[in-house]
Amino acid sequence: MTVDLNKLHAVGAIAEEAEGKWGMVIDMDLCTGCQACVAACAMENNIPYVEEVDAGYGRSMHWIRTERFWEGEYPEVKMSAYQPMLCQQCGKAPCEPVCPAFATVHSQAEQINLQVYNRCVGTRYCANNCPYQVRSFNWRDYQDSRVRPEITILANQFNPDVTVRRRGVMEKCTFCIQRIHKAQDKAKSEGREVEDGEFTTACAQACPANAITFGRIDHPESLVAQLARSPRAAHHLEELGTLPRVTYLKEG
Amino acid sequence: MADHKPHTSHEEHLREQHLMLDPMPRGKMNEMVMESMHTTSWKFWLVFGLLSALVAYALFYKWGVMILEGLGVAGVNRPSYWGIFLVNTVFWIGISHAGTFISAILRVFKAEFRRPFTRAAELMTTFGLIQAGFSIFMHMGRVWLSYWLMPIPNERQLWPNFHSPLSWDLLAITTYLLSSTMYLFLPLIPDLAMARDRTPDGTWQKVFYRVLALGFRGTEGEWTHLRNALNIFAFAIIPVMFSVHTIVSWDFAMATRPGWNSTIFGPYFVIGALHSGMGAVVMVLAVVRGTMKNMKYFIRPEHFEAIGKLMLIISMSWAYFFFNDYIVQWYGGDKWTKELLHWHEAGPMGWMWFGMLICNVAIPWAILWNKKWRSTPWLIFIVGLLINVGMWFERYIIVPISLTINRMPFTWRLYQPGIEVWLGIGTLAFFILLYMAASRLIPLIPVWEVQEGQMAHSLRKYGRETVVTVSELE
Repeated sequence: MTVDLNKLHAVGAIAEEAEGKWGMVIDMDLCTGCQACVAACAMENNIPYVEEVDAGYGRSMHWIRTERFWEGEYPEVKMSAYQPMLCQQCGKAPCEPVCPAFATVHSQAEQINLQVYNRCVGTRYCANNCPYQVRSFNWRDYQDSRVRPEITILANQFNPDVTVRRRGVMEKCTFCIQRIHKAQDKAKSEGREVEDGEFTTACAQACPANAITFGRIDHPESLVAQLARSPRAAHHLEELGTLPRVTYLKEG
Repeated sequence: MADHKPHTSHEEHLREQHLMLDPMPRGKMNEMVMESMHTTSWKFWLVFGLLSALVAYALFYKWGVMILEGLGVAGVNRPSYWGIFLVNTVFWIGISHAGTFISAILRVFKAEFRRPFTRAAELMTTFGLIQAGFSIFMHMGRVWLSYWLMPIPNERQLWPNFHSPLSWDLLAITTYLLSSTMYLFLPLIPDLAMARDRTPDGTWQKVFYRVLALGFRGTEGEWTHLRNALNIFAFAIIPVMFSVHTIVSWDFAMATRPGWNSTIFGPYFVIGALHSGMGAVVMVLAVVRGTMKNMKYFIRPEHFEAIGKLMLIISMSWAYFFFNDYIVQWYGGDKWTKELLHWHEAGPMGWMWFGMLICNVAIPWAILWNKKWRSTPWLIFIVGLLINVGMWFERYIIVPISLTINRMPFTWRLYQPGIEVWLGIGTLAFFILLYMAASRLIPLIPVWEVQEGQMAHSLRKYGRETVVTVSELE
């Protein structure tokens, strides 16, 4: 007989949290820094277009960003690898306990960290407490075409499966939960399990170098689980005990 | 002591020095306090009008703009999600601390010098907390939904998250606001009754005092009840006071950020709150003494002298806790914390870090050790002002400057304040405005407490020596 340790809140729950359900592997050797993932994510998730001034002041709202680092001073500059950074979907997320309104919650079914937009009151504590700094805040009504007539055309191509957020709300990467649900519904109607590689997130789909792989990290035979076992695998800020679900493959 | 003056002169000297030894007929003292409330010059109304305009523009109009447009009009950005809003919240809660500290702790320890200014300090608590409330609500992205943070029963059974330090904060501040308001109100009742009996019939003030005085007539039973209630409150509010600012510090100390995750933040914040609060009390007293009629009788250099000593000790304690916080973080050797400490001192805002130490430590130590200097109202006013500037700098360093440095160097960015500067000025103007209004509506001097103290003190002859004796009344 198997006992669900999560229901007992027992020590075993930690093992489950460490494993998770959905996972991602990003190969930094393959990443070219082309930002296709950033654009695809913005299209898929109705991410607001933040104009130049606000973006230049650190208010761009991308759920995934391509960090670039260099060593030395110009002209003796040595570029190191690009590092796509998105929500790590922590098993023990620091953003979750600090929200006073329960707007930052952990999905028990999908083991994903989710933001409930219509519950968010905008204290921004979650973003302060996120060691990866991957949450983005709606500083203005970027999506309202009454306020910004210039986005009317952009508004025509909103993804109908994803909410449009208003001002004062925090948002973040959801591992394209709308795609997860779509695939699960399809599989359920056909009476089967979701297969590995049947669907993927927008960023992984768009990546021309195939640097991003998404899938069931808890299925040992899935591609993402195999890649995560690579000797090059590393987690960001693992020392904080956040149990990130995104694995980075270091330069080999 | 080689005091060769005749003892009558010594006695006069003592009376001149100490309010408690300089008794005045009760009727006359009541008249003096009433007169101080009713004497207003055109300058009062000019300042009152200017402040009202400032509150209307800087606080309410600018806040309205921010609610309609979103927080984008403020300066908060990606790494510095909390800016001057939180600086001001912590600052105002700090100001509100000294009110209760002075009043409750000095009452519990029966320090006689507290008597004329407990109310002036308690008013600061209530008015400061109101500004803290403004500051924290302003910083919310969707303030119109702020009632969701309250545990209000609803059909969806959605509750606030009691794991969040912000929820603890809300409960702690609400508790403190309610208890400190009651603690302000209790010793006010006899004075309101005094004002009621000295206000002519048919005026709105009469109605105001009659309602608030709760029919107090000064019977033996009423005084006993009042003393009992005050005694309970004075003791009970002290732990509440300590809890409030430690819980405010947990907003930071519980987070995973370098520079915030510090176990010493609780006591460090409490002593910092007392530091800025004492500075604010002394500023209020200097202004009240200098601008209101008859106040030079009640507030004397001895009071500045006594508070000045407290300020010096608190400044030393603050310096110790600052050093403690610094050394523990530095010794830990975490690379992000080291980066942050370097950023504090040598970053573009390094002048603020040094300014904090000069205002909070160097200047108080240089001036307050001297009895004559700390008894001089204008000088101690400046010290109090600088301490408040220094403590504001300290909170600014803890909130937006520390937020600039995180574990993701790609996101590092400086914070440039926007509309929140106006909003901060608005809260300051509102604080002063409320205080000015209160000074003309309720007796700023707890008359009955002063009279009680004067009854308890007497000068007696012991041989040739004049000796001060105090009898215990409470």
